[in-house]
Amino acid sequence: MCGIVGLLVKTPALRERLGELMVPMLIGMTERGPDSAGLAVFSEALADDGRKISVYSGLTEEGAAFDWTALVGELRDGYELDVTARVTGNHAILTSRNDPDDVKLAIRTINPKLHILSTGRSIDLYKDIGTPAEVAARYDFAQLTGSHLVGHTRMATESAVTPDRAHPFTAGQDFCLVHNGSLSNPNGVRRMLEPHGIRFETDNDTEAACRFLEWRLREGDELEAALQKGFQALDGFYTFLMGTPDKLALIRDSFACKPAVVAETDDYVAIASEFRSLAHLPDINNAYVFEPAPEEMYVWKI
Amino acid sequence: MENMTFDLAATPLRELNQFLHQKHDVAKVTVLNPDGAHNIAVGLDSPVEVEVHGHAGYYAAGMNKTAAVTIFGSAGTGVGENMMSGKVVVKGFASNGAGASAHGGLLVIEGNAGLRCGISLKGGDIVVGGSVGSFSAFMAQAGRMVICGDAGDALGDSLYEAVLYVRGHIKSLGADAQIETMSEADFATVADLLAQAGLAHDPKEFKRIASRRELYHWNADANQEY
Repeated sequence: MCGIVGLLVKTPALRERLGELMVPMLIGMTERGPDSAGLAVFSEALADDGRKISVYSGLTEEGAAFDWTALVGELRDGYELDVTARVTGNHAILTSRNDPDDVKLAIRTINPKLHILSTGRSIDLYKDIGTPAEVAARYDFAQLTGSHLVGHTRMATESAVTPDRAHPFTAGQDFCLVHNGSLSNPNGVRRMLEPHGIRFETDNDTEAACRFLEWRLREGDELEAALQKGFQALDGFYTFLMGTPDKLALIRDSFACKPAVVAETDDYVAIASEFRSLAHLPDINNAYVFEPAPEEMYVWKI
Repeated sequence: MENMTFDLAATPLRELNQFLHQKHDVAKVTVLNPDGAHNIAVGLDSPVEVEVHGHAGYYAAGMNKTAAVTIFGSAGTGVGENMMSGKVVVKGFASNGAGASAHGGLLVIEGNAGLRCGISLKGGDIVVGGSVGSFSAFMAQAGRMVICGDAGDALGDSLYEAVLYVRGHIKSLGADAQIETMSEADFATVADLLAQAGLAHDPKEFKRIASRRELYHWNADANQEY
């Protein structure tokens, strides 16, 4: 199974309420995905050379007691990297104007068990094992603000229940993907991508789709062209929801085996696996509700 | 008692379904705030009228017998699946597998239906005001489907004796399905089903699709190319 949710607010005033509106959406998908949850939130981009790196310490020995202050100190003193951290237990968002590849290499060198969740000017990413309600409370999702987000509740079928195999997956910068379904050719996709220098962090099938699409974007494809190539390259069952700094995109496989429903008003576009995650949204009774067609691309811009 | 209302924002769904399953003398049950819940009004076995005001989740009015269920909204996967008799009406759109395996009764979807509508139909009737997705009426054995809009890929693949009537464009027919000439009986059937569904179309605009019956017998020379 698995549940996906997405929310893009059109009215700037609603950006302050993005997390509050989303939490019931995520919790509404608990039965579809009770073992892990996560989300990526996109907010106003940092200035040109600023980058945010979401880092997870749950796999380290210290876990939620990880000493982030010591990490920042070591990055500053040992690596001459100017980094600040915003910490929530086992999660921190590190902000820096240094080359993000240098920062990430230093983080991994200092503690190889620190897991890097995302990198970009707009994206912050959280994911962990636990029920959606537990994960939402752990990171105070209700307080999140921004223009749009992509969320996921997981019922693992293709790989183990671990924080790094939860969704969303990211690749490159400011791109993330969540998946409901199962791919039948993830290993073929991996074998095709690896000679291009693309490295994988898990054995999860969704990671193959995420890295494939990000590779196409990096090679210069527009999002729509990348998704078109995805239809040809990715085999299996999927509803994919993707986030970029200014867009949400949704595609379903040609058999539409995995559900999706969209509700749109003048104020927002909300996407979920099922309507029960949308029922609480403001003015939902007057929303345009529809089921996205198989093998069609749906792209919403902020 | 004549009427009864269940507000699912305040009352658990199980109370609604348990009430509907027991002997009662209520003629009409109104369901408020369905909010996409699964299994609303499933397994009904009496001639009660049920109105659902809002969007229903999976399997709404599944296994229906003699009841008349109307959903004033959309329906999730498997609305009216395996129904035996009665009438199920969806005012909005229906997701995948609508009316799957229905043995009898009438399912009306005023909007579009998703993929695999009427899959394995076993004698029920389905009228769709809009279009149906791919693989609709796959292996449909008996019953009739009237599609006022278009049909997706592989319509009526491996059809048995169900008959399909399509007003719009058919993207592709499935294996062993063929377009046939409409007879006077076919026009009368379409007119009757449209009238029952409350849809005003000219039966003359419909095409008949039925089985070519070539898959009924094993053909060793076909080399698995159908």
